[in-house]
Amino acid sequence: MATTATMSKAKLWGGGVEPLKASYGKLMMWFFLLSDAFTFSGLLITYAFLRWSAPAYNGAPEAFTFSTEYWPIPEKVYEAFPGFHGVELPLVFVGLMTFILILSSVTMVLAVEAGHRMDKKGVVKWMLWTIIGGFAFLSCQAWEWSHFIHGTDTATIGDVLINGIWVNDYEIFGANLSFNQYGPPAFAALFFFITGFHGFHVFSGVVLNIIIFFNAANGLYDKRGHYEMVEKVGLYWHFVDLVWVFVFTFFYLI
Amino acid sequence: METATNVIVQPVDKDKIKGIWKIALYMALITAVEYVFAFTMDAGTLRSTIFVGLTIWKAFFIVSEFMHLGHEVKGLIYSIILPMMFIIWLIVALVNMEGAAIKDARGIVDVEGPAVEQVNED
Repeated sequence: MATTATMSKAKLWGGGVEPLKASYGKLMMWFFLLSDAFTFSGLLITYAFLRWSAPAYNGAPEAFTFSTEYWPIPEKVYEAFPGFHGVELPLVFVGLMTFILILSSVTMVLAVEAGHRMDKKGVVKWMLWTIIGGFAFLSCQAWEWSHFIHGTDTATIGDVLINGIWVNDYEIFGANLSFNQYGPPAFAALFFFITGFHGFHVFSGVVLNIIIFFNAANGLYDKRGHYEMVEKVGLYWHFVDLVWVFVFTFFYLI
Repeated sequence: METATNVIVQPVDKDKIKGIWKIALYMALITAVEYVFAFTMDAGTLRSTIFVGLTIWKAFFIVSEFMHLGHEVKGLIYSIILPMMFIIWLIVALVNMEGAAIKDARGIVDVEGPAVEQVNED
């Protein structure tokens, strides 16, 4: 009888420290990321819902101008690049940001791989590149926000609510949470909220990466005998990249 | 206090490193294809579907390879993927049907031509 019990135990999780063959920390990171994915899904649902219930612009794309009456064409909004004032470069800057984030994801994979080999030098090197990539992305986003807030050289005329009073035919430059020159008020509000929430995730990811970088450099994980912490923050960092892939599609392409 | 032990650094597996860069290249290529569609195709349901499809493809690479989920046990894979499938179902239902239905019910109509109310800054 006892032998049959031990035989079946081999196939089932018997209450050991590694359910699903993943350590507690990794498993909890996965479930945290799942719940975080729900939060981002909620934001993207809100975005898409408001967007597809707003008036669309059906005219020729060449003749498009900004108006508070309809949702803008994303290519016309995101066409600026630092140092190229007045030149239309649609989606180039956001393409650069996507490229930076994907590259920093790759360097993170390389850091995790070096950790598997107990290669302290490799972990430190690739973690540093990942941190640099994170800062590069955040700097790009800061510039993009600044440009978005200050706006273009051409004002959009619209009726806006300022301090509780409706002002007719107001010259709108740039964007704030109440109104913006690009489209309906919800357009900029959603932009700030969703890219901001993602940017905050990137920022926390960079902070976590810096902590792990110093721990690795100080030899903590060599003493501990494994580099699992690098894997855990790696999961978080890839998730940030994953969310950006979706934000990129929904905000800038569609 | 823990004492430093003699740590043996394993040699680099060249094929593994190559595989990582290969996946990065795939993702860059998919993004490039997205740009081609963005600039050569008019906006519409078909283009949006292509974008979402390519995005999910990229997401698959990130989750399966970079996050290593493809190499975990089945139980873990399903406990992550199944809830996400329900969420995608919810997104499709809310976005496609509810958004359009609300627009219809409120009588919101699309704009056929550009607005003319714009001024240049002096």
